[in-house]
Amino acid sequence: MNDQATASARLPLTKALNAGLRQAMLDDPKVLLMGEDIGPLGGVFRVTEGLHAEFGDKRVFDTPLAEAGIVGTAIGLALRGYRPVCEIQFDGFVFPAFNQITTQLARQRTRHEGGVTMPVVIRIPYGGHIGSIEHHQESPETYFAHTPGLRVVSPSNPHDAYWMLQEAIASDDPVIFLEPKSRYWPKGDVDFEAAGAPLHASRVVRTGTDVTVVGHGAMVSVLLQAAEIAAGEGISIEVVDLRSLSPIDYDPILRSLSKTGRLVVAQEASGFVSLGSEIAATVTERAFYSLEAPVLRVSGFDTPFPPAAVETHFLPSPDRVLEAVDRALEY
Amino acid sequence: MAATQNDASVPTVQLLSPEGTLRSSAAADEFGPFLDRLGDDDYRRFYRDMAVVRRFDIEAANLQRQGQLALWVPSHGQEAAQVGSAHATRPQDHIFPSYREHVVGMIRGLDLVDVLRMLRGVTLGGWVPEEHGNFHLYTLVLASQTLHATGYAMGMQLDGTTATGNPDTDEAVIVYYGDGASSEGEANEALVYAASYQTPEVFFLQNNHWAISVPVTRQSRTPLYLRAAGFGITSTQIDGNDVLASYAVSAKSLDDARAGKGPAFIEALTYRVGAHTTADDPTKYRTDDELASWVARDPIVRFRRYLEGLGASQQFFDEVDAEAADFAADARRRILVSESPDTDVIFEHVYAEPHPRIEEQKAWLERYEASFEGGNA
Repeated sequence: MNDQATASARLPLTKALNAGLRQAMLDDPKVLLMGEDIGPLGGVFRVTEGLHAEFGDKRVFDTPLAEAGIVGTAIGLALRGYRPVCEIQFDGFVFPAFNQITTQLARQRTRHEGGVTMPVVIRIPYGGHIGSIEHHQESPETYFAHTPGLRVVSPSNPHDAYWMLQEAIASDDPVIFLEPKSRYWPKGDVDFEAAGAPLHASRVVRTGTDVTVVGHGAMVSVLLQAAEIAAGEGISIEVVDLRSLSPIDYDPILRSLSKTGRLVVAQEASGFVSLGSEIAATVTERAFYSLEAPVLRVSGFDTPFPPAAVETHFLPSPDRVLEAVDRALEY
Repeated sequence: MAATQNDASVPTVQLLSPEGTLRSSAAADEFGPFLDRLGDDDYRRFYRDMAVVRRFDIEAANLQRQGQLALWVPSHGQEAAQVGSAHATRPQDHIFPSYREHVVGMIRGLDLVDVLRMLRGVTLGGWVPEEHGNFHLYTLVLASQTLHATGYAMGMQLDGTTATGNPDTDEAVIVYYGDGASSEGEANEALVYAASYQTPEVFFLQNNHWAISVPVTRQSRTPLYLRAAGFGITSTQIDGNDVLASYAVSAKSLDDARAGKGPAFIEALTYRVGAHTTADDPTKYRTDDELASWVARDPIVRFRRYLEGLGASQQFFDEVDAEAADFAADARRRILVSESPDTDVIFEHVYAEPHPRIEEQKAWLERYEASFEGGNA
């Protein structure tokens, strides 16, 4: 049930997440929020703002500054029947918790032969475009998508952020919830009454006929800009918002490909052994005869995320996406 | 007194001398009264549990040598630390073991064949904790379980099922780890969280002096119990080969935890008489003299002397020996007929909710294996 006073609102993604967390906490008293600076401060991005005041110290609490501790104690709380939502402050700070996420959280259910559920959500602000320092602009999704037992999702807009976060919290499986921080502030319409799509569905967000482009998180707005530019040049691009990175919902991608025959996958993460690689391989296996051109990837380079002064040269831009679109059309 | 400061002069708590006689000391005095909770039956049970698991341990190592287990993890020498602390728990408590606490599981109602199944490679877990005395699964990545235990104890606080003043229902957690694992970052994070939230929790560190081939001196230049004091956690070092010290100090620490007095830390000085696992060869890194000095402090021999002093009969010890032999033989018989799981186990419990990739791969494997006519499916 929804507790919002109005049926819809125009909100930035941070406020949509805040509303989603609040709703999840109202719906289920077992939902807890834990992380660094998420209490009275409301998190460094203010996603949990006001929730400590509303729900109190027992349900919204600051943790010591130790990420393995956050996830490890969340596992214990989940074994006890709670549904912890952990905030990791920045993408590059999740790695101290990597052991707990990959060898423990992801495997508790398998190890217990189904005897336990692990309804833990790990929220991670991720991605570039914010001009910040090292470890604050990264896209670590591949590590988690590669790990059996985890689900990995990333909303691209405030409406999805509101709904997908509640669906992730309601899931009995652990979910890595990647928040595109460069999209934290632009406002978008949030419909509080209808989610529109399930958690693990990908979705066509712009229709087109010549080339299919696929991306997730902040990349979706880049792809939409590219499609708009291309339209002015007479090229019709269909844009698919991946939304779920594990599992991947291939049906909308394959349907689109049967129409366009051409696919470009874009991502901020380094391209080597990436989601883009995975999608290219799977699409080639499943739709070889639909393809008019090789599946092309547009990615961050296979380097550490560079100094912010040159990040625009590292991150896929609309122009770099269109360069790949042009190459796909050459076949 | 338990150490709450960095006081290197605090001696180890010992209630039973190596000769098997009760002794009093300044360090032990506050724990001695906890022995008043024990009767003759408890003493016999302590002895029996130690003797049975010692015999079981030998049997399991034999099974491994005979190719029936992938690996065995001996607990030989550490029986007193484990038996005493396990008997200090109450039914409502939760136990987070490392992977060598076989007798703790047995005392909590676990069928040790389930431990053998895990080490035979037919399961990754082996039991349902809530149906076996809240004895949680073994955790093989060292110290990872210390944080699970702390989080679980935080859950008890949120549930309001601890520190109510009712010792029959108030809950606590005890978590086991070792001197090697004490160096892991997560073990230290667990102490930070436990101190910060004042969890109802006892950290029971068995210092068996060896992390496979690396001596405890490589882990720490300070006695390990002194580390806990640095976290603001009440800490006690005990003679881990004294089952009565282990019982009494654990009983007090768990009582305090249940009563809302926060976490406690126990360092039990003991020795891994056997190998780290059956893949290890301790003769390559430690001396015969060192081993002999610890064998001379054998925890079962010590407690037997004590019981003999109390008048226990030869018949009692013979009965225990017979029971231990039966226990081991029964475990051997049952593990040898344990079934391999169906291949569905690969896929079945990875996710709680439907997952297309897993379902596709499961269906593919079924089709693939069915394609071999008269094959091994």
